[in-house]
Amino acid sequence: MNALKTILLRREMGILVVIILFCLAVGIVKPRFLALDNFRTMLMLVPLIMIVAMGQMLVIIARHVDLSVGSTLGFAAMMTALMFKTAPDIPWYLGFLVAIGIGAVLGFMNGLTVIVFRLPAIIVTLGTLYLYRGLTFIASGAKQIDRQFIPGPLKAMSANAPNFWFPWILIIALAVVLITYWFANHSRLGRQIYAIGSNPVAAPLRGIPVTAVTLTVFSISGALAGLAGIMYASRWGFVNPSNTGWGFEFQVIAAVVIGGVSINGGVGSVLGVVLGVLLLGCVSSALPLLGIPGTVQSAIYGLVIIVALVIDQSVRERGIQALTTARGART
Amino acid sequence: MTDAAAAASETPLIAARGISKSFAAIEVLRDVDLDLKHGEIHALLGENGAGKSTFAKILAGVHRPSRGTLALNGTPVEVPNPIAAQKLGITLIHQEPISFPDLSVAENLVLGRTGGSPLGGVPWVEMTREARRLMDLLGVKIDVTRPMRGLSIADQQMVEIARALASDSRLIIMDEPTAPLTPKEVETLFTIARRLRDEGRTIVFISHRLEEVRVLCDRVTIFRDGNKIATETIGNLTDADIIRLMIGRPLREFLHKTRTSIGDVALKVDNLTSPGLFADISFEVRKGEIVGLGGLVGAGRTDVARALFGVAPAASGTVAIDGKTVSIRQPSQAIDLGLAYVSEDRAVSGIFRTLSVEENITAAVPKQIAPGGVIRRAVEKALASDSVRKLRIRLASLRQPIGELSGGNQQKAILARWLLTDPSVLILDEPTRGIDIGVKAEFYEMIGELAASGRAILLISSELPELLALCDRVLVMSEGRLTANIPRADATQESIMHAAVPRTRVAA
Repeated sequence: MNALKTILLRREMGILVVIILFCLAVGIVKPRFLALDNFRTMLMLVPLIMIVAMGQMLVIIARHVDLSVGSTLGFAAMMTALMFKTAPDIPWYLGFLVAIGIGAVLGFMNGLTVIVFRLPAIIVTLGTLYLYRGLTFIASGAKQIDRQFIPGPLKAMSANAPNFWFPWILIIALAVVLITYWFANHSRLGRQIYAIGSNPVAAPLRGIPVTAVTLTVFSISGALAGLAGIMYASRWGFVNPSNTGWGFEFQVIAAVVIGGVSINGGVGSVLGVVLGVLLLGCVSSALPLLGIPGTVQSAIYGLVIIVALVIDQSVRERGIQALTTARGART
Repeated sequence: MTDAAAAASETPLIAARGISKSFAAIEVLRDVDLDLKHGEIHALLGENGAGKSTFAKILAGVHRPSRGTLALNGTPVEVPNPIAAQKLGITLIHQEPISFPDLSVAENLVLGRTGGSPLGGVPWVEMTREARRLMDLLGVKIDVTRPMRGLSIADQQMVEIARALASDSRLIIMDEPTAPLTPKEVETLFTIARRLRDEGRTIVFISHRLEEVRVLCDRVTIFRDGNKIATETIGNLTDADIIRLMIGRPLREFLHKTRTSIGDVALKVDNLTSPGLFADISFEVRKGEIVGLGGLVGAGRTDVARALFGVAPAASGTVAIDGKTVSIRQPSQAIDLGLAYVSEDRAVSGIFRTLSVEENITAAVPKQIAPGGVIRRAVEKALASDSVRKLRIRLASLRQPIGELSGGNQQKAILARWLLTDPSVLILDEPTRGIDIGVKAEFYEMIGELAASGRAILLISSELPELLALCDRVLVMSEGRLTANIPRADATQESIMHAAVPRTRVAA
């Protein structure tokens, strides 16, 4: 089997094709879209989705789903911002520990509820989507935390550092992607996540600690949502109880599914999800550039998601026979 | 078994004593004593439900015995779950192996091994090398880096055997491994099984195919009705001995046949063929006649029924009802033509578990209860309560979810549903499976009455006494073909079993 053929048959090819076609099409209409400048704008849109999508990917591979990530992000961001407001002397970087810790606890609660009460994750996390959002309102008194309370160095992480081409939040996102890649493909726990999603009945028969793995997966998803929470404060310089992270879960799940992660569990790759996130980023940055009015953008956005899935599906079906005989294509 | 291995170890690998198992109140295994020696291939034989698979599953920790003890090399052991079994060196290979389809072959081989930190790295290189080594050991060519999905059943079995070797299993149990395999694959499997035996491992081989058992196995244990009947060296038994030991139970008293007057041909089937499932099936059933269809599970009987009813139409062949050739492509056509099919697995294709008894009974006659699309509650209730009375269905209320009824009463409700369509031909597929003796007797009476009222009945059953007692003729299928058409006078357990047991030619 030659290497080129293996690459061409990969599951992620479909989505890459879609991205290239989309960029070329927009580039023909608006050449500015392909300029370096716009590329950087686009890259600034993706780090938050990217980070949360990594956690969501693991949850979906384990045949669950986490609808609460947007609210987890909002709650973690709000609690961290409140901390900065009430205790301005606390070193700003401790905010990361607080946000990640809060997120992990909320994620752990999701997992625990799913395991203990044997409820479907879609129901549990639909409940906590509203619960965590409600807690955000209660904690904040429904008031926004404004710009002056967010530490300067934190906000600077989203600016272009003088020595780097990329801002820090992009570098963090990249690090999360690389760690997730290693975790999913090269750690024992990561493999067990695929196994559970691939055949939940067989997993306990093979001695896989299903409870522990499930709790870990939800905790990771929550922790990454928490990390995205403090990055939200960095990126936008404020935290709002109703806007921060609202509806975020749907962008994330869309990116994960476009990236080829099977909603039936067991299948999915970091590379695919990265491409899925990039496609959404391309679309988000292209729509305003094309002068499409805000009222129509939502509809176009949804349409692109569906078209992407359709194209991806047809590319995959053509490759599927060859894929099953090709060497273990995942990564 | 080789003399050397026998001399090396007098203590049996496994000594089972007084093993019994009950599910709910039904005892499926009774006081089984059995020794498995080192380095032997030991066959477990018996009819469906005789207890051989249950016994195997107890050894492998899938079920826990209700009573009895197991000893491994003379030491008493508990086998509470499959992982414990694996640690003791016992591996059960399922007919359709359990695997993780999205993971690679190599990953499937090593997954679940204990020890190490959860964040420990997966040693891809060593894992792959180890997997290749195991495959080479078995002499099979499977790319260990490819995903499990898409492997043939035979290859999946090989991966399972490799897994058994990876954990250095001393006892490998194969539950009907050859049923889905081609003759060549069977040969490969046997070669490997013999090699493992010669290494001193013990293999338990469950199969229906006497030829295979004769070619492969050293000793055989025969089960019947949950009892161990005999353990013998295979050379000491003839095929006839084995079949007699498998079926030799007395005919039950309550089975009696009400004679019926037999009329014109109601259902005529010619050369019905569905590639891979059954071929050249021809028979007829007359009005007032009960025709049995016997054979082993997997012989294709249910596939024929599904083809006749239009669930999975046959590729070729003709079907005639009341002398008129018909084409049935879907169940609704079958119903319109006066066919009814009480399917084998009522939980899957028979009942609507969460709907009421009433709704279940009237489900096949929407036009009667809802002319113009609006349900007439009064009509629905009248039809349902009439059926409940006629068939003596025991229930608390017509509005009760059918899932709350006992198995026998659920089955009656399904029969009631079909009787409302006033069928001229009834296909009953294992109608009495899993229901208790009392309700069974009622069922037999009902089937007799239905035939007496002039309906043609095709009765698929794996219970020989049931076929013998009820049927005017017994057809037998084996591996997708009709192998016998036995008139009532000549039908015996032996004649049916002889036609049912496949005679596969296997190279020794």
